[in-house]
Amino acid sequence: MSRADTHRLPLVFGFAVFLIAVFLLVPFLISVTGRWNFYFTLTSVALLSVASAGVWLTFYIGRINIGQGAFALIGAYVSAILVTKADVSFWVSLPAAGLFAGLVAVVIGLPILRLRGVYFAMITLVLTEVVRLAALALPITNGAKGIVSIPLPGELSLFGITIIPDFSTIENPKLAFYYTACVLMVVCFASMYRIVHSRLGQLCRSMQQNEELASSVGVNIAYLRVIVFAISSFFGGLGGAMFGAIAQSVYPSSFVVKDSIDFMLNCFLGGLGYVFGPMLGTLVLYFGWDLLFELGKYQLLVYSGTLILLILVLPNGLLSIRFDRIRGLWK
Amino acid sequence: MEQVIVNGVYLGSQYAMIALGLTLIFALMNVLNFAHGQMYVIGGFVTYTFYGQFGLPFVLALLMSCVTLAVLGALIEKFLFGPVIRRSAREESTMLLAAGIAFLLDALILLVFGEKQRGVPKIVDGVFNWDFRIIIPYDRVLICVLAILSIVAFISFMQFTRTGRALRAIAQDRVAAELMGVNVNRYSMIGFALGAMLAGLVGGLLVTITGVNLGMGGPTSIKAFMMVMIGGAGVISGAILGGFILGMLEAVGLAVLFQYGDITYLAIFVALMIFLAIRPQGLMGKPWG
Repeated sequence: MSRADTHRLPLVFGFAVFLIAVFLLVPFLISVTGRWNFYFTLTSVALLSVASAGVWLTFYIGRINIGQGAFALIGAYVSAILVTKADVSFWVSLPAAGLFAGLVAVVIGLPILRLRGVYFAMITLVLTEVVRLAALALPITNGAKGIVSIPLPGELSLFGITIIPDFSTIENPKLAFYYTACVLMVVCFASMYRIVHSRLGQLCRSMQQNEELASSVGVNIAYLRVIVFAISSFFGGLGGAMFGAIAQSVYPSSFVVKDSIDFMLNCFLGGLGYVFGPMLGTLVLYFGWDLLFELGKYQLLVYSGTLILLILVLPNGLLSIRFDRIRGLWK
Repeated sequence: MEQVIVNGVYLGSQYAMIALGLTLIFALMNVLNFAHGQMYVIGGFVTYTFYGQFGLPFVLALLMSCVTLAVLGALIEKFLFGPVIRRSAREESTMLLAAGIAFLLDALILLVFGEKQRGVPKIVDGVFNWDFRIIIPYDRVLICVLAILSIVAFISFMQFTRTGRALRAIAQDRVAAELMGVNVNRYSMIGFALGAMLAGLVGGLLVTITGVNLGMGGPTSIKAFMMVMIGGAGVISGAILGGFILGMLEAVGLAVLFQYGDITYLAIFVALMIFLAIRPQGLMGKPWG
């Protein structure tokens, strides 16, 4: 076995374990314990982690992105409008939503990506408000009433072969949504991993460290940052569109500033240095919030207190401990 | 038209004070204080408690707001921001902390003061009416004057006192200030307390007019961010300018655009994006400050 293969072995093994856990173990455990409501939680985690992955990618070029809620909302609206008004299949509207979000990101990104640091963070935060207000004001989005009773995703067939059956005929749409969301998540994170370990990823790292220096050695930073921002928003649009399909409704308040901040927190908590950070961060934050529901009015207090403690103890994210320990044991 | 200008000045004086606190904290510690709006809300609730509930004089209640927020700000800097800034690998980690603190303050407000909208009795009655061209209640005039006086006091404090000089030195160059013998840790704490105090003061002033409720924190923070972006982050003149410009835009927008529905803020946001595309550092800011 060559050296590259032995290096990859733990990675492939980990990936296989992850796939088995997500697609076999979790449904098995849920059917044994009968906690069917867990499907909704886990589906949400998968979709939110897709959107968070986009935020993570903008962090990777050294930009603090608090605008993912805007792109998730755009994606949700595009998909909802296509499905309800233009009668397009959901499976076509899903990539369309992502692409539209990416297109918006290119148009907005060209000017605002010139901003850096806190300035970029603030303008993206404002962007979330802009999209919410636009959704309230535009006629096509139906204002504050939102778009409701969106039909469940229909059948997807290619050359007469049914690839995905009609969701309304399946006896358990929750499970179907869970699988779809997980497939989406796996594909997104796999492509993220690929991006980060490609030439594009190396160029991004050079930008993260010093944009002027990167530019001076011939990296086309203006082009690169727009591309990365578009990819990031594509993920946001996908996650948002899927979310709208599950909730079967979209309102201007579906994704607000709080959600944008949550996406950012997911990335921070998981750790900015690790591709799978956003996934872990989303899982911990979302589950943490859900578990604390029992505490009633103290929920937010305990949640935020824990968050602050975590950042005090682990200022560089959750994965930062794990890796050190495991490397220590390995050797 | 006169009415619009007066409304703009009135709004602007409030906004400028909010932006001043935010920009001060940013200039000193390079921290984007997400919790600024929540600090403002706490200030409002403290004044409500002392003036509205206990019946103490308004000035005393305002003073209590200032003291509460100053102590809170100092504690937050000493035990939360200080350690995290020293230890984290990327300075963005402070944003996680700031967001966490915003949630925490929200939770505390909910537990201590409840979720209801609270208001206090008017401090002065009567309406100023100049030939029906300018109509403005006297309490608004008073609040506006108080706000402008506080801004003047703040600027003179920064300009003429020893503490103010130390704070300005840290804002310019942290390392150089430390080398010149400024106790950076202590003055960071003082600066954060001062920024928080300003937020509390505005909250206390405005509770007499708009009242106060739990949900005001987030939107206030967003408005403060906008003002800071217009003027330039970390620059005191920029914050004041940004506050007054936003106040004016809002007043004009509400007067001109009302027949098209609630699109004033949408228009302001779009204008802001275009403006920032042309001048990313704001009106007064240093590039990449």
